[in-house]
Order: sequence, then structure tokens, then C-alpha cells
Amino acid sequence: MTLLAVERIKLLSTRSPWWCALTALLLTGGFTALVVSQSNAQFPATVSATQYAYNFGMAVIMVLAALAVTTEYRFGTIRTTFQAVPNRAAALAAKATVIALIALVIGEIMAFLSWGLATLIKPEADLALNSAADWINVAGVGPACALAAVVAMAVGILVRHSAGAISLVLIYFLAAENLVTLIPGIGADIFKWLPFNVLHKFVTGNGESAGGAAYGQPLSTSTLSQWWALAYFAAFAVVLLAIAIATARKRDA
Amino acid sequence: MIEAQSLTKRYGDKLAVDDLSFTVESGRVTGFLGPNGAGKSTTMRMMLGLDNPTSGTVTIGGKRYSELHHPLRTVGALLDARWVHPNRSARAHLSWMAKSNKISPKRVDEVLDIVGLSEVASKRAGGFSLGMSQRLGIAGALLGDPEVLLFDEPVNGLDPEGILWIRKFMQRLADEGRTVFVSSHLLSEMALTATDLVVIGKGKLISQSTTEEFVARATDSTVKVRSPHLDRLRPALDRVGATVTPTDDGLLVAGVAGEKIGELAMENQVTLHELAPQQGSLEQAFMQITGDSVEYHADLETEAAEQPAGHAAVTN
Ligand SMILES: Nc1ncnc2c1ncn2[C@@H]1O[C@H](COP(=O)(O)OP(=O)(O)OP(=O)(O)O)[C@@H](O)[C@H]1O
Ligand SMILES: [Mg+2]
Repeated sequence: MTLLAVERIKLLSTRSPWWCALTALLLTGGFTALVVSQSNAQFPATVSATQYAYNFGMAVIMVLAALAVTTEYRFGTIRTTFQAVPNRAAALAAKATVIALIALVIGEIMAFLSWGLATLIKPEADLALNSAADWINVAGVGPACALAAVVAMAVGILVRHSAGAISLVLIYFLAAENLVTLIPGIGADIFKWLPFNVLHKFVTGNGESAGGAAYGQPLSTSTLSQWWALAYFAAFAVVLLAIAIATARKRDA
Repeated sequence: MIEAQSLTKRYGDKLAVDDLSFTVESGRVTGFLGPNGAGKSTTMRMMLGLDNPTSGTVTIGGKRYSELHHPLRTVGALLDARWVHPNRSARAHLSWMAKSNKISPKRVDEVLDIVGLSEVASKRAGGFSLGMSQRLGIAGALLGDPEVLLFDEPVNGLDPEGILWIRKFMQRLADEGRTVFVSSHLLSEMALTATDLVVIGKGKLISQSTTEEFVARATDSTVKVRSPHLDRLRPALDRVGATVTPTDDGLLVAGVAGEKIGELAMENQVTLHELAPQQGSLEQAFMQITGDSVEYHADLETEAAEQPAGHAAVTN
């Protein structure tokens, strides 16, 4: 508990988390407003459409998470941290927990803000959350962001440089996974199991939250069920974090 | 007590610390002296468990740093004053440190007061001058009211007032019975603050003694000799084990007293034009002792002429 409080003080006593949170909210809110206000019979405003831009918010949250460790390396405060808490595994696990919690909170605010904005813009559309799929599509954004933040933080620990970690995370998340589908023959099969594609499956399922409309968020090709998809990505995040922590323990700080 | 045993650290091909063993006694100020690149900072990082020794150990009160419970309460350290997030306030910086070792939040204001930063406690640390950063670092070191304090070149870059403040501060810490281990590359600075000295060069131990002994050994031992018959005197000096360094107009002899040189000259029928004990500065003496273990030589050809030894020995 002490270590969680320490990491909370550290994270919230600098400005970048606040800026990142604000950016995430503006970005997703803005996009949602745009998408929903342009909706029509062909592209109806659905629960799915209100989360159209959750990826962008998630990308910003991952930047926040990566920065939370890379700035510690950049400014040497990681050394002060390990000096105060020589148990590096405990210190980094506490940091991951705090970052995941903050990402969860930002993710939920982001998702419900987008959904709320949509209901204001299109009061006549059926945006009520009345199925499990609807709920997961909105409330599931929080846990998805939390786990994605852990992944980004693990990359931050491994890479240690802000620019390197951020570009790695963003290029992988926004481009690299999709490029795999271009590999002839096996590309699509590999893509089914790539972590962020699977995470997307958790959020969007088979598109039930699009209320049967042909158009909503692009869907994941993963064949896992929604909950298995979440478990799969969680395992990925935990393994990556464990590797990062093991590396940080062996390395000179 | 701090104890280093065969401490060795290798970075790639670079042997930064080489089989270093020494002890730091409790309740005293011990200087850790060595030229740039000697391995002082590396040794201190290993003391704090930040860098892992390639081999060997260093313990504080018999324990490795990583075995200390709430280490900030046992060991306070200032290795680099810049290890602070520039956008965090001084108070926030100390607060998380205090929290991590279950130190009362009241102590944060106490140490801010001790180092004289109370007024700027809520200002962002990035805007601090070097002297203020150094004070913040010292506040962090004092936070846990530790028995052992490590400072890496605390006066580096400070103005005379700051230097004086730190010097007095360390004396005060020692008067309170704490163990202070402070590194420097200036013997003159250490001569004023430290009672004991651990001297290293190129990662190796050069000497461990009291400051008094070291200074005496360093300053008494050189004698300048001028003579038209140096060719005859030199072998005689070599035979008695003197360290001889040629200069432009004579020799600098270390390790043998002036009287003995006079007697040797007499025995070998050498005329002496000058036989002068050198009262060099502490820094010159230090350079003489650490002579061949200086990591990075500047081009000292020209200065060598004026300097009693050390670099001259290397360049010749
Ligand atoms: N992380 C590192 N990677 C590679 N080499 C290193 C590293 N840290 C130190 N060194 C090398 O080890 C040697 C000792 O460095 P160290 O910083 O310990 O010396 P120092 O005595 O503190 O010097 P200074 O008085 O300049 O601070 C130097 O040659 C340095 O280049
Ligand atoms: Mg140094």
C-alpha cells in the first residue's frame, strides 16, 4: 500500500498525466461528436459508433504510461526510487498498478463522456446500454486501456528512452499489427492472435453493439470470445511486464 | 561502518573499479579522493545497490544495501543533484521519498528548513539554481535521519558561499556522530573536511590513511636536486630506491630525505648546485601520488616544466 501511495504521489505531482488525460478526452470526445453528428440512415448512431475513436484515446494513454517510466530514467529519479526501495520488482509492480488504475479511470471517463456526448447530440438515436455487448463496448474501454497501459509501461522499462518507447508503442499499435495481414497466406492467421487485435475483440465483440447496422467500428478478426480475449491480452500484458521487471532487476539502474 | 571487499566493476571493456577494498569508520568524515574517471561515482552507485558489482561486495553496517529495511533511514545519499523531476516541487519530491520509507511528513518540512529551502518548497525543482538543487539533494539525504551519509562531489560547481556551507554542514554531521563518506577530486578540499582518506586512481586503491598522514607523505617527500653530475648521482639514487623524475634543470627525488641525498652526493663526489625540499601545493602532491593513475591526461607538456613531478614522470 505504501508503494502505491508513493507512485501515486510521483505520478500526480507532475503535469504530463493531466495533459495526457485531457488530450485523450478531447480527442475521443471530439471524434465521437464528429462521427455521431454525421450519422444518418446508412451510418446510424449506435452504441458502437459512440466508441469509434476509443483507439485514439488508448494511444494517448499508452503514451502517458510509457512516459511515466521513461521520464524517470531521463531525470534519474528511477535511481532515487531504487535507492528508497531497493526491491525493484515491488517498486515497478506498484508503479504498474497505479498506472493501470489511472488508465482505467481515464478510459472509463473517456468512454462514458463519448457516449454521453452522443446521447446529447442525437437524443433520438437508440443509444441505451441494454445488452452485455453494449455495456462491454462502453465500460470495457476502461479495462482495455488499463491493460494497454501496462504493456506500454513494460516497453518503457525495457527501452528507457521516451522517444524510442513511444514510437515503438505507437507504431506497433497503430500500424504494425495491421501490416501483418499483408503477409501472403499466413498473415491473416497470425493477425488473429496479435494482442491488440484480440483486445479489440474484447471491446467490440462480433459487432452486436452496432445494433445490426452494417457500419460501426471495424471488427476484430479474433476468434476468441470476448472474455477470453480479455484474458488473453491480460496474460500478454503481465508476461511483458514480468520480462521488463526481470530485466530492470538485473540491469544497472 | 562501510566495508568494500574486492569490489570490481566492468563496463564492457572498461574496468571502472578494480579489486577495490577499503573500510569507512563510523562517526568520522572520510574523503574519497581520486582524479576524474577514477571510479568514485561508480563505487558509490554500487554502495547504494544501483549498479551491480561485477565481483566483490560492499556492505553498510554488515549488510548489503538491498538488505536494509527502509534504507533511507540508515543511509542518506546525494549522488547527483539533478536526479529530481524538474516539474515536481521540492516538497513533492521529498514527500514521496518520505512516504516510501514510512518517514513522517513533518520531517519533510524539517529538512527543508535545515537546508534553507522552506520558502521555495512548493516551487518546481527545475527552476532551482545548482546550489539550491544541491541543498534539495542534501535534504533528501537527511530525510531519514540516517547514520551514514554518502555525498558525491557535493561542492562541484558551487560558489564559495555554497562550498563553505557544505563544508560546515559536513562537519556538523560528523559532530553529531554520523558517518560521512564524501568524494572529491580536490585534496585541498578534503584536507579541510575529512579526517580519513581513501584515495583511488584508475579504479584501484592507492592509499587509505588519515588525512594528516596522507598530506604529510604527499608534501614532505620531494626534494629538488640540481647538479652538473646528475649522471653519477642518478644510479646512486636508484640504488637506494628513490623515485627520480627528471625536470628541465635537474631532478625531483621522492622517497628519500634531503640529508640522505646530500650524503649520497658526498660519497659519489657529486657537486650539488641545489638541494631543496619542495613545499608543493597539496594538489601537486596529490598529482604526484596519483601520477600514473590519472585517467585522462590533458596536454601537460608545458605545465610539466613547472610542476615537481607526477605528470612529468609519465610524459618522460
Ligand atoms: N555506465 C557506464 N558505462 C560505461 N562506462 C562507465 C559507466 N559509468 C562509468 N563509466 C566509466 O568508468 C570510469 C569511472 O567512472 P566514474 O564516473 O566512476 O569516475 P569518477 O571517479 O566518479 O570521476 P569524476 O571525478 O569525473 O566524477 C570512467 O572511465 C567512466 O567512463
Ligand atoms: Mg563522479
